Amino acid sequence: MPTLIELKDTLARTVDDPFTHVADGDDLATGDVIVSLTRFQADGERLLSEGRRVGVRVAAGEEVEALAYDLPRLSVVALDFPKNLDGRAFSNARLLRERYGYRGEVRAVGDVLREYAAFMVRCGFDAFEPADGASANEWQAATGRYRHVYQRSADDRSPAFVERQG
Amino acid sequence: MYQYDTVDRQMLADRTAEFRGQVARRLSGELTEDQFKRLRLMNGLYLQLHAYMLRVAVPYGSLNPTQMRKLAWIGRTYDKGYGHFTTRTNLQFHWIRLKDAPDILDHLATVDMHAIQTSGNCIRNVTADPYAGATAEEVDDPRVWAEALRQWSTFHPEFSLLPRKFKFAITAAPKDRTAARVHDIGLVLRRARDGALGFEVIVGGGMGRTPYIGPTIREFLPANRLMSYMEAILRVYNRHGRRDNNYKARIKILVAALGTEEFTRQVEAEWAKIGDSVDLPDTELARIRGAFTRTGFETLPARSEVFEAAKASNPALARFARNNLKPHKKPGYAIVEISLKGIGETPGDATSEQMEAVADLAERYGQDDIRVTHEQNLVLPHVKLDDVAAVWAGLHAAGIATPNINLVSDIIACPGLDYCALANARAIPIAQHIAEKFRDPDRAEKVGELKIKISGCINACGHHHVGHIGILGVDKKGEEFYQLTLGGSGAEDAALGSSLGPALPYEKVADAVDTLVDVYLRERQDGERFLDTFRRTGVTPFKEAVYADAH
Repeated sequence: MPTLIELKDTLARTVDDPFTHVADGDDLATGDVIVSLTRFQADGERLLSEGRRVGVRVAAGEEVEALAYDLPRLSVVALDFPKNLDGRAFSNARLLRERYGYRGEVRAVGDVLREYAAFMVRCGFDAFEPADGASANEWQAATGRYRHVYQRSADDRSPAFVERQG
Repeated sequence: MYQYDTVDRQMLADRTAEFRGQVARRLSGELTEDQFKRLRLMNGLYLQLHAYMLRVAVPYGSLNPTQMRKLAWIGRTYDKGYGHFTTRTNLQFHWIRLKDAPDILDHLATVDMHAIQTSGNCIRNVTADPYAGATAEEVDDPRVWAEALRQWSTFHPEFSLLPRKFKFAITAAPKDRTAARVHDIGLVLRRARDGALGFEVIVGGGMGRTPYIGPTIREFLPANRLMSYMEAILRVYNRHGRRDNNYKARIKILVAALGTEEFTRQVEAEWAKIGDSVDLPDTELARIRGAFTRTGFETLPARSEVFEAAKASNPALARFARNNLKPHKKPGYAIVEISLKGIGETPGDATSEQMEAVADLAERYGQDDIRVTHEQNLVLPHVKLDDVAAVWAGLHAAGIATPNINLVSDIIACPGLDYCALANARAIPIAQHIAEKFRDPDRAEKVGELKIKISGCINACGHHHVGHIGILGVDKKGEEFYQLTLGGSGAEDAALGSSLGPALPYEKVADAVDTLVDVYLRERQDGERFLDTFRRTGVTPFKEAVYADAH
C-alpha cells in the first residue's frame, strides 16, 4: 500500500489511508473505496447508498467537469499524474477548488514527485501518494521552499502583487 | 531596466538554494543522471555533446552594464572566456562543470539574474522589441508588459508541465522585430480609437518541423485583462494539447487541429469563467512601470555637427552609421546596433572582453541600457549622435564594429553539429563561408537587407523557415546536405519560405547563396529588397540559376 501524506495548514503528516483503490475489473471490496470515473458512473449510486465513503480517480485525460453534479457526495477526488511529467491534473485540481468550490480531499496519485509538490499544493491538492518514497518531512520541505508566489492560484497564498500593496 | 524588489530577490535566493541541494544529491550519487535530468532542465542546464550547457535568462533581452560584466566574469571564470547569445535573447555558456553550476547561479543572483525556465515544458523567456523605449513607432513600452508576464509565468503552478515548451513575443510597434507571428503567443500592443490600450493576440505560430504563421484570435484585448486571457489560452492548451508525440505537442498543432474559430471559442468560453481575479491590479501595473529606471533625454538638435564631421573624415564610421544606426524617438539620439556577426566568427558569440567593452560603452554613453535581439545582436538603445563616434571607436577596438546589421552576413545560425546532440549538420561553418563570400562591405551594402537563417536540423532553432534565404541541414546517408528555402519572413509581413529545389552538399551552399544574390541583383527593380524581388518573380529565375549545372 502506498504511503499517504496529508497536508493541513502547511503541516504534512503520514496517515493511514481509509480508502481502498479498486481497479476497474476488481471486486468492490467493503468499506471506503476509490474507483475510476467510469466505474463511478456505473456503480456510484449503489456504493453511496451502502453508506460507504466514495472517492473517484480521474485520469489525466479525463475532465473534472464530468463530476460537477456529484462533487458534494464525494469524499476524495484522486487526480492522476501519468509518467512523463504530465501536468493536466494541475488544471483539474484548480477547477475543482476554484470553479466548483469542492472542499473534500484532492489527492495526487500516479507519478507523484516531490519536485512538483509545491505546484500541487498551489493548485489545491491536500493529499499525496508519493511515487518517489518521500517522507512527510521531505514533502513538507518541498512545499515550503519559496517565501513568495507571483500569481493567484487555488491556495490562499497572497501573490506578490498583493504583498507589495502592504 | 526593471529594478528588482525584495520579493523578486528572495524568489531567486530560494531557487538557488533549492538547486544547490539538487546538485548535491546528484554529485553524491543519491540521484541518477536520469532522475537529475528533470531537475536540471528546470534550471536551464543541458547535457550537450562535450559538456554541460547553462542557459542564462535575459528577460525580454534587457541587461544593464553590471549584469553584462557579471556574464563576462562568469565566462572567464567558469567557461572558456566567452558566451553565446541566442535567438531567445538568452546567453549560453557551453563549457560548464556541474559542480560549478550552483555557484554560477549564486553569482547570477547577485545581479538579479537566473536560469529559471530557460528549458523544460514551461513558459520560457519572453521576447520583446529590442528598440522598446527608444523607437518612435511604439504605442507603449512593451517591457512593462513583458515584465508582468515574466512574473506571472515564473513558477506558475498550473503551467509548469505543459505538453511542450511555450514562448511569448511582445511588441508595440508596427515594424515587428520579435517574430511575433511565429511564436506560441504573439502580442502586439495597440491603441483603440478611444485611446484605450490593448493587445492583438496571435496564437499558434511556430517553426520546427511543422511551421505555421499564427492566426489572430482576438483583435483587441483590453490591456488590464492580459493575465486572465493568457491563463485561458494556457489552460485550454494544457488540457487539450497533444502529449502523445513530442513533435505534435506545441500549441500550433492544437490550433491547427481545432481550427482557429473553434480554438478561439474554447478560449473565450474559458476566459468568461475565469473572471478577473488573476489579472494584475492597475496599481501593480503602475508599480512595474515605475520600477523601470527612468531614461533622461537632453533637448538636442536633430543633426549633430560633431557626428557629421566625424563621418566625413572616417569612411568606416560612415559605413557603420549607414548600417547599424536606427532612428531614435528623440532628436539628437540614435539606436546603435552592435553586430555579433563578425566575418568568420560564430554568430552570437561574444568574448568576455567584448561583453565588458559593451558594458563600459553603455555606462558611458548609453544610459546603462543594453538589449539583446532575437537576431543575436546587441543594442545600445539610447546614444547621443554626438557620442556615436566614440562608441564606434570603442566597438572597433573590441572587434565588434562590424557594419552589417540586416545585411547578408548578419546571419542567424543555431549551434548545429558543432555543439548540439540533435543536429544533423553543421550550421556555424556554413554561416562563416557565406559571410566570407560577402566580405567586401561595398558589395554587401549594395545587396542590402537580406536575412539568412540556418538550422542544423528540423527543430529549426536557426529559424530557417522565416529566412529570406533559409538553410536547413539534413542528413543524407551520413553526409551533410542543405535544403534551401526562399521568401520567408519573421517580421510583420511574416511568411514561410518555399523550397528552392533538391538539397545541396555542404561545399555548394555558399556558392548557391552567391548565385541567388546575383539573380536578385540582376532582377531587382527600384528599391526592392531580396524578399520583394523574390515575391514578385517567384522561385523560377533563382532555381534555374542555382541548378543550371544539373541541366
